[in-house]
Amino acid sequence: MKPTADLGTGYKLVPGTGPHRASEPLIFERSVSGRRGFSLPPLDVPMPPAGVTAWIPAERLRAAPAALPEVSERELVQHFMKLAHQNFSVETNFYPLGSCTMKYNPRIHEELTALPGFSTAHPYEPDAAVQGTLQLLGELGQWLGDILGMDGVTLQPAAGAHGEFTGLLMARAYHEAQGRSRKKVVVPDSSHGTNPASAALCGYEVVEVRSNARGRVDLAALHRAVDQDTAVFMLTNPNTLGLFEEEILEISRLVHGVGGLMYLDGANMNALLGLFRPGDMGFDITHVNIHKTFSIPHGSGGPGGGPVGVKRHLVPFLPGPLLKKEGQAYRWVEAPPSSIGRVRAFAGNIGAMVRAYLYIKTLGAEGLRHVAEHAILNANYLKARLKTAYTVPVDEPCMHEFVASAVEQKRLGVKALDIAKRLLDYGCYAPTIYFPLIVEEALMIEPSETESRQALDQFADALLAIAQEAKTNPGQVQMAPHTLPVERLDEVRAAREPNLRWRPSPDGARPQGALQGPGP
Amino acid sequence: MEYTPNTADDRRQMLERIGVGAFDELLNGIPASIPRAKFSVVPPGCTEPELVRDIQALAAKNQTAAHRSFLGAGAYEHWVPSVVRYLTSRGEFLTAYTPYQAEASQGTLQAMYEFQTLICELTGMDVANASLYDGATSTAEAALLALRHTQRSRIVVAATLHPEYRQVLQTYLKQAGVRIVEAPHADGVTSVVEAERAIDDQTAAVVVPMPNVFGCLEPAEALAARARAVGALSVVVVNPLALGVLKPPGAYGVDIVVGEGQPLGLSLQYGGPYLGLFACRGEHLRRVPGRLVGMTNDARGRRGFTLTLQTREQHIRRSKATSNICTNEGLCALAATVYLCALGRQGFRELAEQNIAKAHYAQQQLTAIPGVTPLFPKAPFFNEFALQLPCQAATLNERLLARGFLGGLDLRRVDPALDRGWLVCVTETKSKAEIDALAAAVREAL
Repeated sequence: MKPTADLGTGYKLVPGTGPHRASEPLIFERSVSGRRGFSLPPLDVPMPPAGVTAWIPAERLRAAPAALPEVSERELVQHFMKLAHQNFSVETNFYPLGSCTMKYNPRIHEELTALPGFSTAHPYEPDAAVQGTLQLLGELGQWLGDILGMDGVTLQPAAGAHGEFTGLLMARAYHEAQGRSRKKVVVPDSSHGTNPASAALCGYEVVEVRSNARGRVDLAALHRAVDQDTAVFMLTNPNTLGLFEEEILEISRLVHGVGGLMYLDGANMNALLGLFRPGDMGFDITHVNIHKTFSIPHGSGGPGGGPVGVKRHLVPFLPGPLLKKEGQAYRWVEAPPSSIGRVRAFAGNIGAMVRAYLYIKTLGAEGLRHVAEHAILNANYLKARLKTAYTVPVDEPCMHEFVASAVEQKRLGVKALDIAKRLLDYGCYAPTIYFPLIVEEALMIEPSETESRQALDQFADALLAIAQEAKTNPGQVQMAPHTLPVERLDEVRAAREPNLRWRPSPDGARPQGALQGPGP
Repeated sequence: MEYTPNTADDRRQMLERIGVGAFDELLNGIPASIPRAKFSVVPPGCTEPELVRDIQALAAKNQTAAHRSFLGAGAYEHWVPSVVRYLTSRGEFLTAYTPYQAEASQGTLQAMYEFQTLICELTGMDVANASLYDGATSTAEAALLALRHTQRSRIVVAATLHPEYRQVLQTYLKQAGVRIVEAPHADGVTSVVEAERAIDDQTAAVVVPMPNVFGCLEPAEALAARARAVGALSVVVVNPLALGVLKPPGAYGVDIVVGEGQPLGLSLQYGGPYLGLFACRGEHLRRVPGRLVGMTNDARGRRGFTLTLQTREQHIRRSKATSNICTNEGLCALAATVYLCALGRQGFRELAEQNIAKAHYAQQQLTAIPGVTPLFPKAPFFNEFALQLPCQAATLNERLLARGFLGGLDLRRVDPALDRGWLVCVTETKSKAEIDALAAAVREAL
């Protein structure tokens, strides 16, 4: 890219890059020897003349300090602020990423989670010294059990997929305790990728059953797929098309009839909150992604939390240790030998659990039901507005999300990917695309309950405008985005010539200029 | 308090547009045989002032903040510079998700690329991923990689690995029929002779902590060499802060370095969220679990960053994925990135040196007390050390708590035989005066 004007001051005007859209050098390229962004208090205990080699043999030590960048605090803050400005986020953009429930994250949660009582507690403090945290965890476990309709809950798993792994290990232990080691986990063909991956990690063979023409589990196909070797049928409800599995009670009966267990992938729990409970639909095990349903900020990819709830017959297999209330006091006790053991160190992603607690306590029973109702209304409203221009493969009332398809646009040469990229130019993050796998050119749209009618309209207007562009100016869409720090990236090169870490250039010179790439 | 903006009038207009008269019509397809939810213990809801009042009271039930702490054992108190909290609380990072749309996520992607570079630099490895859940699950993922790579079914683990990490390994591996062999320790570090006996041509991985659960530095170099000799992979479980001074495992031929990133700018939070580190040699790239960010360019040749090699991952490969991980610990990785850049080349080394100096000063002061001796006098240590007490550690800790100190770890938690063992951690956060005060309190309490 050529600058259009050099103002003679080192500042350059570059077309297509607003002040908050300019690219930023790597922090390593900003490094200047001798700069520091933080100062330690002077050492107030003796350091021998030989330095630390007085205590640790020299052959165990680094020859030179690790080559970390050297920047001042001002440069450090500027660097990461410039990076921040290159991100879309829930706080700054409409973020309809299907299956991820990108709802607004209340700011008060950040403030309260940082209270020193919570944030400085060490995991090995005596139980008596951390009764505040333990009470919070104890009550949260109770509340989640109530919300899910489950008898026992573990807060240990660190994320949804980790919860799946935990839940499936419990299923495995349960079957082994019955003296029937089973081999298969059955999943619908519309399932999240984590489901078969978690099942494989637990040593199960994965069997997929196809969906019927209405996007639901095909009961006849399921009948053929399950047998005495089926350990678990794992599904999400509403399913990944945002449709309620209306035959869920029949499905549960069928699976229980062959001695299998029902596992709910709770990724879509936002649609059920306060309306229906997994435990009342025949599910034996469910995890819930608290970063989705209970509004833990997604943190650019985590941390989240994946508590798992189970029915009474699976309680003996919960991971340990277990939190017990005795009188008014809480304490940890060892799990029975039937437990699957630990799935991570310490008690879990406690900071995330504090936020989930705050969320439930703020909203309360009625507020939680409103979450589901508004989420469902918002999704149906968007669907109604968009189906004039986009195909909706199953046009029935949806739950908290729905899947549209860009098959019509594809005939004009505009794919789901192009539409997703063009949305970025309109200031909207893109829906989940090409998922579920059973819908061609899928656009999976989940607006969440925290978006206003006006925000939904703006998004719908953008998608309708793009559908129009696909007819009148497809090139505009196919080449999008046009307004961001970079255009579409060469992903083939990224995979063929993996460059996963920075190294100084061989001649020691630093690359000059923010906008120049490293060259091929 | 609710966070749903749409008013009754909004909802009426929306229902009209959808073409239904009332919200419940949208649920008409759901059979009446499924009962509507009824809650018995979910609370009634509250406003922000009420929430703050109640939660402040709850936080105050934790006595934590009032104590001077000498607890470590896998979770460490360090000073977290203010900029770490500020930058990680920016909504653009805090409320984004996994950067699936690269063009609208360059901030996150570049920060993750910087994180990967920093972890490679600290560990001496070729490749680092963009984080896993915590140190224990990273260790399990390393073992899984080694099992797949070698097609063998035995793992040799140092008995000095944190007990909770060993338990997690057990949970992850037992259903796969993997045998976990513990290599015993002598004088606080793994016995090379015993370990060499345990490591054979059926061994997929040798897992060694550095420093170990007693704070001691392990003969990791010798154990890695033995692993290499029999075709097993070596896995070193690090405290990354110690790598400010210790030789990076990459310099002695280690295959995989994992660890707990919590010391790098994350507060204790009663155990999480923490940060699973995972780095390895380039040859294992295609088996790495979790997200990887790569540098590439756009059509105009401008540099850009994107998630790459996603065919390893569950959303593409499903049951054949290298791991089931989806959500990782992105924000914690960002915190570690900011932390390491704030400390910088000199600052990070100085920090590690201060930890060593303060821990050694404390050990000297405490072992000057009659009846208190080093439990493992021969092994060099980093920022925590084990002592033998003249009484049970639990008893001493109770007396110290009454004097405002959170004492060291009662080593019965690691090994029931060590009922007078006490693991003391001293980081840069403790002044000489505080260390002296601890020594005086111990003297008085015994």
